[in-house]
Amino acid sequence: MNSKKDTLLISLLAVFIGILLGVVILIASGHSPMILFNALLRGTFGINLTMGTGLNLRYLGEFIVFSMPIILTGLSVGFAYRTGLFNIGAEGQVMVGGMASVVVAIMVPLPGVLHVIACVAAGALAGALWGFIPGLLKSKFNVHEVVVCIMLNYTGMYFSNWVVRALPGSTESKTAMIPASASLNSDFLSGLTGNSRLNWGILIVIASVLLYWFIIEKTSFGYSLRATGFNKEGARYAGLKVDRNIITSMMISGAFAGLAGTIVALGVFNQGRTLAAFENYGFDGIAVGLVGACNAIGIVLAGLLFGMLKVAQPIMQIAGVPKQIGEIISSSIVLFVAMQYGIKIIIGRIAKRRLEKKEGSVSQ
Amino acid sequence: MNLLYEMFPMALGIATPIIITALGGLFSERSGVVNIALEGIMLVGAFVGATVSVLTADALGALTPWVSILAGMVAGCLYSWIHAYASIALKADQTISGTALNMLSTGLTIYLCQLIFKGQRTPTFTENFTRISIPVLKDIPVIGKLFFSDLYPTFYIALFLVLVTWFVVFKTKFGLHLRSCGEYPQASASMGIKVEKMRYIGVLTSGALGGLSGGIMVLTTNIQFSVLAIHGVGFIAMACLIFGKWKPFGCLAAGVFFGFSQTLSKYSGFIPGLKSLPSEFFYCIPYILTIIALILFARKSVGPKASGEIYDSGKR
Repeated sequence: MNSKKDTLLISLLAVFIGILLGVVILIASGHSPMILFNALLRGTFGINLTMGTGLNLRYLGEFIVFSMPIILTGLSVGFAYRTGLFNIGAEGQVMVGGMASVVVAIMVPLPGVLHVIACVAAGALAGALWGFIPGLLKSKFNVHEVVVCIMLNYTGMYFSNWVVRALPGSTESKTAMIPASASLNSDFLSGLTGNSRLNWGILIVIASVLLYWFIIEKTSFGYSLRATGFNKEGARYAGLKVDRNIITSMMISGAFAGLAGTIVALGVFNQGRTLAAFENYGFDGIAVGLVGACNAIGIVLAGLLFGMLKVAQPIMQIAGVPKQIGEIISSSIVLFVAMQYGIKIIIGRIAKRRLEKKEGSVSQ
Repeated sequence: MNLLYEMFPMALGIATPIIITALGGLFSERSGVVNIALEGIMLVGAFVGATVSVLTADALGALTPWVSILAGMVAGCLYSWIHAYASIALKADQTISGTALNMLSTGLTIYLCQLIFKGQRTPTFTENFTRISIPVLKDIPVIGKLFFSDLYPTFYIALFLVLVTWFVVFKTKFGLHLRSCGEYPQASASMGIKVEKMRYIGVLTSGALGGLSGGIMVLTTNIQFSVLAIHGVGFIAMACLIFGKWKPFGCLAAGVFFGFSQTLSKYSGFIPGLKSLPSEFFYCIPYILTIIALILFARKSVGPKASGEIYDSGKR
């Protein structure tokens, strides 16, 4: 069995076909595909080939800022997927997480660094709670988590909007600015990267990635989660607490997503906002988690890849290419990853045919 | 009572696309394929409907909206073919394939919109659906004012489609075959039913209905197409399908009810007792009720049993 190698191959193949599709669309609509590659390079590092400008750390910082939340939602989706659950609810968990962290930031005055710790904890907890609901319903009533998650996404958005509006000092669209003690802003990190919005959220992301890797790969709890995902009935027969695993897994998954909302609220905007529509952090997380094959390192790499596509978008728009090409590429990558079973069969068939041909020519 | 007369046409207008899309979901799920992509399919239908409307308004005049929704229907059907091919022929995970199509729909439509119209939105429509009142019937006391005056003609399309769906899915041999594929595909196959073909028909029908409804939605509730044209109605339709217990008349009732809950959010200020509730509460109703319904249905087998399962002809 070389399934690990296969998964890596599928992911790389999907990314390749996705970018190829983007290039084909660009050519078909009369644009030079070089615009795409130039924008990717410029958005990530600030390097502009046509103008000849070199590395710009500010671009690098902004690129990391864009990648951070989708790495966290990628961890969220990946963690649930390892237990055989599809967390399409990361979107809602992001929103309640961000909302809860802002509520603590504004309503609970705490001294010094305690304040920001409490805010981050509140965000993770709110996300975990939002993940607990589908987990509970799945284990107790066998209700499919996907449908519950979709319903909770919208419930989460409206609920968060209502709370954000009800906070003291809020306008129709946003809360007051949070106190500096609750902010994740970092003069140090910002100064290091040419005044980008890079913030202490990066520590939360790094800690989450390490935690994810540790739980999944190194603990017996992670092993029992993976066993549950691999074969639920088998795991039950082996004496594992499948129901409890489902709930815990959804809660941890929700906590990762809640943290994504937290670092966006406390690190980038420094206030709570009401939303008219989803910001797609959760859906991007599905892309990141699946392309990263639900593996800690894979998720980081996939998060950076999708972050690159994000920062390239405005640059392409300025160059006269509709920026939605980035969305087309990332969603087609997901589609190709989804088709992996079929692709594997097709690859297998081709290999078999080749083998038959070889055997045929030998026997002749 | 006057307030009710005012609210009814609005609620039924909101309900129309919900009902039609839910019927689409019914075809797909009854054949055994979960279609999460309904939202994206609606967006594609809305974009193509809006584009055709803007481009042909001068030539077609009053016929424009009708041609446009038909174009949306064709576009939705074609778009859903991707979902069908991925999830039936390539045995992709239906949820992931649907999610990918939802993500693709926003990118694709706005990209094309920028190519065609040089902007993120289409120009405003000149030919729109207009509200009509049915002569004679509108003079019936109470009922006439509720169901036959000041309505978009598209609501009657929804009613008609409910009847057609009920007849096709529950009264014909084809419908029996379709439903069997969503309950126990291996048994259907042993009876000589082509499971994959039936599932293709289910998904493509859902695409056609979703596209039609997207076109209807943008041409009745909006003045132009933008990325927010559908704003979650495809997912409300999924809720509607569940709340309506995967049955056509259930979808009709649930759709009208959900339409009302959305309307109430705008009128709650005028109704004593509801004044103190925030408008978000009414927007949440469909979603919260659907979760409750799922819990209540859990012990009974209400939905199609094999819906969402990849068809494996070798499984027992």
